[in-house]
Amino acid sequence: MISSLLAGRRIAVTGATGFLGTALVERLVRAVPDCEIVVLVRPGRRTGAAERTAREIIRNDCFDRLRNELGDAFEGTIARRLVTIAGDVGTDGLGLSEADGAILASCDVVVHSAATVSFDAPLDGAVEVNLLGPSRVATTLLELAARHRPPGAPLPHLVAVSTAYVQSGRHGDAPEQPVADDRFFSLPDWRGEVAAARRARSEADGQSREPDRLAAFAKAARQELGAAGRSLLAERTERLRTDWVSDRMVELGRARAQALGWPDAYAYTKSLGEVALSQNRGPLPTTIVRPSIVESALAEPRPGWIRGFRMAEPVIISYARGLLRQFPGVPEGVVDVIPVDLVTAALIAVAAHPSTGTPDAPPPIFQVASSVRNPLRYGKLVRLCEEWFNERPLYDQRGEPIAVATWQFPGRGKVQGELRRAAKVLGLIERLASSLPVRGERAEQIVEIEERKALAERALGYVELYGSYTETEARFSIDRSLAFFSSLDPADQAEFCFDPGVVDWERYVTEIHLPSVVRHARVRTSPGKRVSGTREERARRAILSKEPHVAVFDLEQTIVNSNVVESYAWLATRHLEPLRRAQLTLSLMLEGPRLLAVDRRDRGDFLRSFYRRYEDAPVERVREDAWELFSDLLLTRSFPGAIQRVRAHRALGHHTLLITGALDFVVAPLTPLFDEIVCARLGEHDGRFTGEMVSTPPTGEARATLMEQWAARHGLGLSSTVAYADSTSDLPMLEAAGMPVAVNPEPKLAAIARRRGWPVERWARTAGGPRNLLAVATRRLGPRTTLAPKLTSPQEHR
Amino acid sequence: MSPRPGFVLEVDRSTPPTLFWHGENFRLERLPIGSRVVYPPEPLVPLADPDAAIAHALEHPLGDSAPLSALLHPGMKLTIAFDDVSLPLPQMEAPDVRARVIEAVLDQAAAAGVDDVVLIAALALHRRMTDDELRHALGRRVFDAFAPNGLLWQHDAEDPDAMVTLGETDEGELVAISRRAAESDLLVYVNINLVAMDGGHKSVATGLASYDSIRHHHNVKTMQHSRSFMDRHHSELHTSNWRMGRLIAQSLKIFQIETTLNTATFPDQFGFLNHREWEWGLKDRAAFHTVRAALDRTPAPLARQIFHSVRAPYRLTSVQAGEVEAVHEQTLDHLFAQQLVPVQGQTDVLTMGLPFISPYNVNSIMNPILVACLGLGYLFNLYKGKPLVRQGGVVILSHPTPWAFHPVHHPSYIDFFEQVLAETTDPLEVEKRFEESYARDPWYIHLYRTSHAYHGVHPFYMWYWCAHALDHLGAVIVVGGDRAAVRRLGFKPASTLADALEMAEDVVGRDPTITHLHTPPLLIAEVS
Repeated sequence: MISSLLAGRRIAVTGATGFLGTALVERLVRAVPDCEIVVLVRPGRRTGAAERTAREIIRNDCFDRLRNELGDAFEGTIARRLVTIAGDVGTDGLGLSEADGAILASCDVVVHSAATVSFDAPLDGAVEVNLLGPSRVATTLLELAARHRPPGAPLPHLVAVSTAYVQSGRHGDAPEQPVADDRFFSLPDWRGEVAAARRARSEADGQSREPDRLAAFAKAARQELGAAGRSLLAERTERLRTDWVSDRMVELGRARAQALGWPDAYAYTKSLGEVALSQNRGPLPTTIVRPSIVESALAEPRPGWIRGFRMAEPVIISYARGLLRQFPGVPEGVVDVIPVDLVTAALIAVAAHPSTGTPDAPPPIFQVASSVRNPLRYGKLVRLCEEWFNERPLYDQRGEPIAVATWQFPGRGKVQGELRRAAKVLGLIERLASSLPVRGERAEQIVEIEERKALAERALGYVELYGSYTETEARFSIDRSLAFFSSLDPADQAEFCFDPGVVDWERYVTEIHLPSVVRHARVRTSPGKRVSGTREERARRAILSKEPHVAVFDLEQTIVNSNVVESYAWLATRHLEPLRRAQLTLSLMLEGPRLLAVDRRDRGDFLRSFYRRYEDAPVERVREDAWELFSDLLLTRSFPGAIQRVRAHRALGHHTLLITGALDFVVAPLTPLFDEIVCARLGEHDGRFTGEMVSTPPTGEARATLMEQWAARHGLGLSSTVAYADSTSDLPMLEAAGMPVAVNPEPKLAAIARRRGWPVERWARTAGGPRNLLAVATRRLGPRTTLAPKLTSPQEHR
Repeated sequence: MSPRPGFVLEVDRSTPPTLFWHGENFRLERLPIGSRVVYPPEPLVPLADPDAAIAHALEHPLGDSAPLSALLHPGMKLTIAFDDVSLPLPQMEAPDVRARVIEAVLDQAAAAGVDDVVLIAALALHRRMTDDELRHALGRRVFDAFAPNGLLWQHDAEDPDAMVTLGETDEGELVAISRRAAESDLLVYVNINLVAMDGGHKSVATGLASYDSIRHHHNVKTMQHSRSFMDRHHSELHTSNWRMGRLIAQSLKIFQIETTLNTATFPDQFGFLNHREWEWGLKDRAAFHTVRAALDRTPAPLARQIFHSVRAPYRLTSVQAGEVEAVHEQTLDHLFAQQLVPVQGQTDVLTMGLPFISPYNVNSIMNPILVACLGLGYLFNLYKGKPLVRQGGVVILSHPTPWAFHPVHHPSYIDFFEQVLAETTDPLEVEKRFEESYARDPWYIHLYRTSHAYHGVHPFYMWYWCAHALDHLGAVIVVGGDRAAVRRLGFKPASTLADALEMAEDVVGRDPTITHLHTPPLLIAEVS
């Protein structure tokens, strides 16, 4: 009996935070009552290994069944039977402490399931974990045994989890034999591959630091973020660089794998990992278990249990959402899927029966796969999915059902070609469109193009990544597994079944897997509007909650559809003869593009140079005219929604702050609207403006800092700040704010807001207002008919 | 040929389609046979020499008043208040009556050696006028003489230093008016009495008053008991103003000047508006079709601009000066002589085409609240005796009613429409729950004082103006309006007049009597 064989044993598991590992730990705790489990967990950047165990393993819904069964005894049981040790299979010696080493040394069985399962992992990462990982575990176990175990004591049994797809290149029968024994396949020396992968990393890193490349990254960052300020741009540039290196490593991995005949870096590194392990395991009793594509549970711990979004899931969901209209594959091909509980059962059964072979013989291999015993045809899978989603469609954002496409089973090349072309065309449109000076709704339409491009690219990614898995012609035989299964006690066979013959595919796909996938994907499965509200709606509620907040507003395009150039044009034309007015207006219009370019480059520089135009303007007259400017330009072009929002904040007792590059006399009439205004101010001499700013309004990062200081002055933290802005030049402030709001965003900000889930306000001018295209004042002949009331001037920026 | 009086037409087979105003456009509608159309009287023959008539009135005051010249003396403080841009509608061709009258008054003041003279636009809680509007109302000469010297003021009801409290009436109504006016030796008030509601004690008691004073008569209770507010002897609004006016007159010498205009509302190119459809000549038909065709192709904002630049060829029919009450009684006689139309009996359904203009959207846009106010406040109340439409009857308005507002003129309207009417349309509820906060809102007050915004409380008054009609009517239907905006007002939208009449039958029963109020030009229905 398996449970009695494992009773009193210590079983170590690596990769326990993964899909397979979690299922294995849970099953050991639940179905093998008297064993002790040691999980080797890599400490996170901020969390310790034990905390990761608690958070990522025990709290997973995998343990719900056990939690229910044990009730109050659950915590105690876990504490008694589960030990966490900190370690990393990507490091030689696993990075174990002395104490943890001793614990690992005391284990009777070690199941090594840690792996980089992503098919498009960077080459070096996959090499470190998948290729070298098993060997590291084996050598570490041998070293520990030498140090901690009495001579002659039995060595622990290493069960290494590999993948059936190490033989994916085969046509037809793929037996349970070492890859090295494949007569039709020549393997490279794994040591050479490791060295090459490590070298490739440092080369790619070097290339990424070439001046040309760095300039290209900086340019791309600027294209994405606009004038978002030095630090954000630098951060983004560095991200683009590391992403580039990472992408390069992915590309190298895929290229190397395909050059050697594997579909991807995963199968390639896993294959060589098996070879390396068999060479490095020494006298260690070792068994290799090769599952095929592991999918949601058939029954244990409950039907449909799955962790993470894996391989078939994103493809299925993309299909159901109407994003993936075609996927390559041959209908009569076989998709080798195996429910996770069959794999855990096989692992436990194998763990209980250490191999008895000699150290010289290659380790025994057990394949857990369905393609021979109970094949699932690709055509059938697709048909089941189509029927299922036709009956239970997903719903789009408007609550309309999404119709799924009927797959035509085209060739991979055709699908890839189509998707590549689509992505290219959409990319072109997006680049053209995002350079247009549009905002608000139109900008968001551009974001939609960008999203469709991203979807096309993602679909292409799926096709490139997984396409080969629907075309695999290898049939993974399970003769040894089945023989082993038959040799088990009938009670064990019932408890730990890993015979794929028990799976009823139709039932599995339609009643277990698809419902589970849909539940996991958090997609809309019912029509109509959401009751609970979207993330954006929740954000909106938080913004106008009764909690104390500080709300910071930008002015131009956030509250008014105007800018400093127009204010100047209006004030300057106020006292001019008609001809001179036309001249001035025309010259400003001609200058427009140049001014815009300067503004985009650096807001501060722009203001400084532009405000020189006020040199020699009579202070009193300008200040007085500004009151008409208020009505004629600011209010006329104001967004009532924005003004309502400022007032709503104040009504809730929030502190409101306007930060603008506009001049003090321009925004003076807005004083009663805000608690405080931070703006620019010009120097004065003999009743005339000097044209030099005496107080410079904060731009970029300085706004974020100011917002933080201002919040602190009111005893609040950044989490209580609401920031309203329209352009990426305010990105530092928006990023820093607890509740950022994009107002009539330009395309770049619209894209960022969409990705971050920031609420977007589409505040427009009211229909019915005057539409003066040019900011030209009606000529003034006398003084104002009533004097401007005594109003305090806005506070200048300190 | 002497001008013909107003007229009630009964629609028969030979009646041509009837002209309905529809905002900045028109509709031609075939009314069911048997419907009645109430037409305004033709313009009376104006005074031949208006300046002479004005001079005569100033020297021959009515009631207990000395001639103006006898009231003027050197060293005195003289204030001349005048009606703001809400009168007349549309603005009249230059010279404006106010310009003529004020020039005459100023001439006398100059002759008498008065040098402390201030002009005040009696805005009450209306928006400040623009320089162009003031220049038009006062004439260039007066404007240029006063404005540059800071002697042309616009009433600021929210300037605590510029207001003074005179006391309370017997009914406990607070009376607070412009300090400059109250402290003057003489206040001359220059009226244009376009409709019967204007003038009398209301000129000073409302035009120069504060919110705390005005609220005593601008409220739901008063409006529901003003039946109608165009009929001063049956208007609670006026009764209250009269109490206040008498209190003001105790401490302040007022010389009231009232003027009436004829119904020559539209210039020649819109002649078809002044004529009855079956009498349209070739010129009227051509003009109508040309205007219609042009308007159909003109974007609404441009059409609005064109209409608001129309200047009415109004002519002066009377001018009277002197003591307020005596003057006003004569003014009403003159007004009724021009505008009164006898109508036999009430109707089940009253239809009206609403024009582009109301008192509160001169050079602006008629927002949905003003649409309601023009239809249910102003036009519904153009009656003496009984309302044109019976209790429980239906009013059908024709207006595009766009969901559109002027951002400078009507900021509190936007919020009123989006926040108040979204919650309730019941005037009492609106008044109780929301008035105070809008009236005291510092931002609206700021905009009223420094920009060109109506006071925060103003949209409430527009809604109270409708209170009598809302109380009286069974339903209100708007033809051709923005459906969302119409629903927000609590009215029912209909695409065509035929649909609206069908819908009205659900309220008033089959085969209702239908009456169309063919206005402007303005009229007052004397319903027997």
